[in-house]
Amino acid sequence: MVDSIVAAASVVAAAIAVGFAGLGPGIGQGNAAGQAVEGIARQPEAEGKIRGTLLLSLAFMESLTIYGLVVALSVLFANPFVG
Amino acid sequence: MHTFLLSKIEVGSHLYINFGQTLHLHGETVIVSGLVVFSLILFLFLGTSNLKKIPEGLQNLIEVLYELVKSIALTQMGPSYYSQFLPFVATIFLFVLGSNLAGALIPWKLLEIPSGELAAPTNDINTTACLAILTSLAYFSAGLKIKGIGYFARYIKPAPFFLPINIVEDFTKPLSLNFRLFGNVVADELTVTVICSLVPLIIPLPIMMLGLFASSLQALIFATLAAAYIGEVIE
Repeated sequence: MVDSIVAAASVVAAAIAVGFAGLGPGIGQGNAAGQAVEGIARQPEAEGKIRGTLLLSLAFMESLTIYGLVVALSVLFANPFVG
Repeated sequence: MHTFLLSKIEVGSHLYINFGQTLHLHGETVIVSGLVVFSLILFLFLGTSNLKKIPEGLQNLIEVLYELVKSIALTQMGPSYYSQFLPFVATIFLFVLGSNLAGALIPWKLLEIPSGELAAPTNDINTTACLAILTSLAYFSAGLKIKGIGYFARYIKPAPFFLPINIVEDFTKPLSLNFRLFGNVVADELTVTVICSLVPLIIPLPIMMLGLFASSLQALIFATLAAAYIGEVIE
């Protein structure tokens, strides 16, 4: 009985973790990409440098989402509260 | 109907190699990372054994990799210190790149092992934790070596009440390095697996290409961050 409640709570927790972890970085990545496009439009010869920096910073923001995913995965597959 | 799969999802099953009662190794991780290390040594040895003024063949690739790693170390640590820590950064970069690509490019499913599945060593959290702890040790020892006991003055900068934050930062740095690499590799593999189980043909290919790109980017990021942490303490 307790186990089924824990399982249900874990599934909900995993969904919330991934969902909210995607929210912030999504906004951030959109901002960064928009600014990069603006920069390229203003100064097309700097495209290579802007692209490199953009990819690196996008990957940093992506890692915040990944933290949420890691929490969700550990809740689903390595749950410390089951059994 | 019997289908032939090149990959399948297995979470938490490992090929255990036991030493006594308490010491267990994840066999598949040890095997694949040993293979990666061996092939990296072979690649670097073959590429640098016959150096020429005008590079040809493998030497071109080696020179591109060297330029890349050198530029990472140079921008993060400055011209006077980078050469001491270049080998460390290069080793981290090549190992992470090699193991990510080994997981993505080699169809490991063709090799049967008793339990678990051969995959990228970086999708085991123990490998990435080890790399992250190595990075921590590297920047501690770099700071102590170059600044001596004055290294600890870093903890009360910019003001003494920053002391707890600076101490916590020493723990969060390896933790975030660890989770970033592990999570990215596992996320790639899970996405590909889920899409493969829905549509096994053609549709997963762009996702696989994205995964290949992202995993080489992760190697670049891990090396950049390791270099940045070292550069932060020695400047």
